[in-house]
Amino acid sequence: MAGKTVAEKIFDAHHVDNPAGDMHVISLDAVFCHEITTPVAINDLVARGKDRVFDPEKIMAVIDHVTPAKDSKTALQGKIVRDWARRNRIPHFFDVGRNGVCHALFPEKGFVRPGYTIIMGDSHTCTHGAFGAFAAGVGTTDLEVGILKGVCAFRYPGTMKIVINGELSPGVYAKDLILHIIGQIGVNGATDRVIEFAGPVVDEMSMESRMTLCNMAVEAGATSGICYPDMTTVEYLWPFIRDEYDTPDAALADYRKWLPDPDAVYESVMEINASEIPPLTTFGYKPDNVRPVSEMEKAPVDQVYIGSCTNGRIEDLRAAAEVLAGKKIADTVRGIVSPATPGIFNQALSEGIIKTFMDAGFCVTNPTCGACLGMSCGVIAEKEVCASTTNRNFYGRMGKGGMVHLMSPATAAATALAGYITNSNLYNG
Amino acid sequence: MDQTSNHFSGSVLFLDRSDINTDEIIPAKYLTEISKEALKPYLLEDLDLPGFDPETDLQSRRAIVTRANFGCGSSREHAPWALEVNGIRMVIAESFARIFRQNMFNCGMLAVELPADVIGKLFADFSGSETTVAADLASGILHFSSGGKTNEIPFSISEFDRALVEAGGWLEFADNKY
Repeated sequence: MAGKTVAEKIFDAHHVDNPAGDMHVISLDAVFCHEITTPVAINDLVARGKDRVFDPEKIMAVIDHVTPAKDSKTALQGKIVRDWARRNRIPHFFDVGRNGVCHALFPEKGFVRPGYTIIMGDSHTCTHGAFGAFAAGVGTTDLEVGILKGVCAFRYPGTMKIVINGELSPGVYAKDLILHIIGQIGVNGATDRVIEFAGPVVDEMSMESRMTLCNMAVEAGATSGICYPDMTTVEYLWPFIRDEYDTPDAALADYRKWLPDPDAVYESVMEINASEIPPLTTFGYKPDNVRPVSEMEKAPVDQVYIGSCTNGRIEDLRAAAEVLAGKKIADTVRGIVSPATPGIFNQALSEGIIKTFMDAGFCVTNPTCGACLGMSCGVIAEKEVCASTTNRNFYGRMGKGGMVHLMSPATAAATALAGYITNSNLYNG
Repeated sequence: MDQTSNHFSGSVLFLDRSDINTDEIIPAKYLTEISKEALKPYLLEDLDLPGFDPETDLQSRRAIVTRANFGCGSSREHAPWALEVNGIRMVIAESFARIFRQNMFNCGMLAVELPADVIGKLFADFSGSETTVAADLASGILHFSSGGKTNEIPFSISEFDRALVEAGGWLEFADNKY
């Protein structure tokens, strides 16, 4: 019998039913919820007389997309989630002041483990695969069934393995790597499949970088990105698992059960030489419209946004601050930075990073998703251009008729200084 | 024609582009709505397709025929909801993004995949004139017609997808079973 991939091991360990063909119903270890996609599910459950949750300890909820509320409609969305969390005694609910971007906040709170199955009504849920979990974005109906029953149906996933060799050059980051991969395989290059990210470059990466990598797996159509759990994973999780294991080594030994078998069967295997990748950006309205920053040099921008579930974590803010230190952004540019969680905000404060951003002329917002999808806190006008560390350059994504160029935080910071797209001083290529 | 297949028939909207994403189908700024009906005026408002005008081109449409990777991007079920409240309960495409496709069936709606050459022929034969389609789930045939021109295209959906359509969606299916 052939060996199993990570996703196959996770699916088999969570098997509930095989209702037909290759569809498998799996049990869920966590159901994450936010105020944009959950209220309709909540209202429907109430209308059906099924206002209950399968396990309040396994549901984590946050108000993050538009927060603090910008108008009566978003206030109502927050209220629906807030009231529901209280009614159903959901302990892990994060409201204004304690809230942050879901895919940065929930890992920071220790809610993800290797081998977990996680769904959320948010396509970037694939981020959590960085911990060796199967984590998938779903729609509101899947979310509703998840909340009520603790199960979800998926096709038994085929896996594409991407082995990343070489090393990232200075000034080149996980963001450039995932943009390169999406540019290579296309926006539907991994549809209905899981991507396992492997190889020495991933082994060397921090959890933050792995989250950036897995975050954009969905931009190639993938169901989940997955990195292998290792000592980096254990060290990140240690404050949350120290009561479960005597030592970090014991935790690692346990988590090894979620590594793929040596004879696992992949739908495809792709090798990438990271050493050849320069800083990258996007040029069109699809995330696979990728080219080197050098080929976009001097393209003017109106706004620079640093934040989001892709690149709003502490190492992202550090990389940007290193470029900005002691400098001022161009007069023609509006700079906006959103630390992704209160914890990250606090850390950036204590390291002097917030002051660096402010001295450079950036506006610092509270943690929120707002600008990334053109909902609040940095919406651009028609025909404006935003250099952004987010994940989608769709037409109008950050504001009707606007253009978005995706890039790393270091490139975004350099672009803010120059007023046009340019490589950071950290890159010597 | 049985009761179910009657839900999947009517005038076709042809959208000649791949990778139409859910931000184009329903922009994020409208995700502050909590009723599906409220999404109705905004369907395909930001579609990046020269010549397309949602004001006039959506009138009385019941189905969409389009190219590859329809519904990519965000997980928002608001995309199928915006289609549904505009009377569109069937999308026929070369391929779909996973979440969008699942959302369609989870809502009891139909997402039909056809080979690229078949989609290409549908565009060539029918996109220039007013066209209707009827899906017969029992026989697995899509009946296209325009003026005197007709075509019957075989299609298949999985047993699970069919079960969701027959149940009226995933919640109805799962609630009885799990």
